[in-house]
Amino acid sequence: MSTVNCPECEAEIKFAEGTEAGEIIVCSDCGVDLEVVSVDPAAVQLAPMEQEDWGE
Amino acid sequence: MQRRLKIGVLYSRVRVEEKWIFGAMEKRGIDYDRLDDRAISFDLEKPDAWRQYDAVLERSISYNSGLYALRMLNAFGVPTVNTAAVAEVCGDKLMTSAVLARDDVPQPHNVTAFSPEAALEAIEAFGYPVVLKPVVGSWGRLLAKINDRDAAEAVLEHKSTLGSVQHSVFYIQEFIEKPGRDLRIIMIGDKVLTGMYRSSEHWITNTARGGSGELCPITPEIEDICLRASKAVGGGLLGVDLVEHPEKGLVVNEINHTMEFHTMQPVSGLDIAGEIVEYVVKTAKK
Repeated sequence: MSTVNCPECEAEIKFAEGTEAGEIIVCSDCGVDLEVVSVDPAAVQLAPMEQEDWGE
Repeated sequence: MQRRLKIGVLYSRVRVEEKWIFGAMEKRGIDYDRLDDRAISFDLEKPDAWRQYDAVLERSISYNSGLYALRMLNAFGVPTVNTAAVAEVCGDKLMTSAVLARDDVPQPHNVTAFSPEAALEAIEAFGYPVVLKPVVGSWGRLLAKINDRDAAEAVLEHKSTLGSVQHSVFYIQEFIEKPGRDLRIIMIGDKVLTGMYRSSEHWITNTARGGSGELCPITPEIEDICLRASKAVGGGLLGVDLVEHPEKGLVVNEINHTMEFHTMQPVSGLDIAGEIVEYVVKTAKK
């Protein structure tokens, strides 16, 4: 299972099975939204902030 | 031998809906590309890079990115779900209202003004409470229920001072005493696929704001208003939001052209992602 550290609080985060690049996950320690940049190798970055024109 | 179809899926984030859509593509053995809207560009002198796609499904979260991408793709002759023309109408509440009014499709009473003074005058004529909505944007954000003149003056001043130029288009809507719920109906082409009631204690019943879903049987009345609404905006793959108005009956509140269905798919028990993929394939073959 891929593991990565939260860029905000450094907590260890394990990717759930079926995680895909582009997906948003939440750090269980600090609650920040993270975007999965790559699954293998595991990499995340802080997710983009919600923009005004976002929505369905 | 017939050439294999190639589909593009334009997205911003891989939400659960995109995962389901990718899964449905893979299950059907469809050749598709994932197109992150932050990574793409359109070179007007190189349209062939885009013409390799028989159809593109637009799932951008950003209205602007999605709309401009659709405009470019349609200009290059690439079929899209939905078309740029449909996105243009559905992404702007005032444009949606205008086409619904043109086609006599029931909707809440709306008034639009372009200055805080004219907006205040319109609100006073309406009586309180009223709802002030941004013309672009969703997930129930920046909606304001205005209960009195003091609140109206404050919100209008804030919007005109702090908001972007688009917030100076004041879209004023009657406040509807709905029975704690509204309806989300999914349309695919000229077919009503399924629907659900969205309930909430809050006056904003959007599931993005914590509302919950329950299956809604499709009555002839629901089917009729949804077909008319879909036709008014140009058709396609749409999420039609209806409200039960105490006097007017069902009215169209808004129409979504890149709808989310993370609540609807489990509630309906239908493979909505699969239906979407089938529709995209049908569009590609046209």
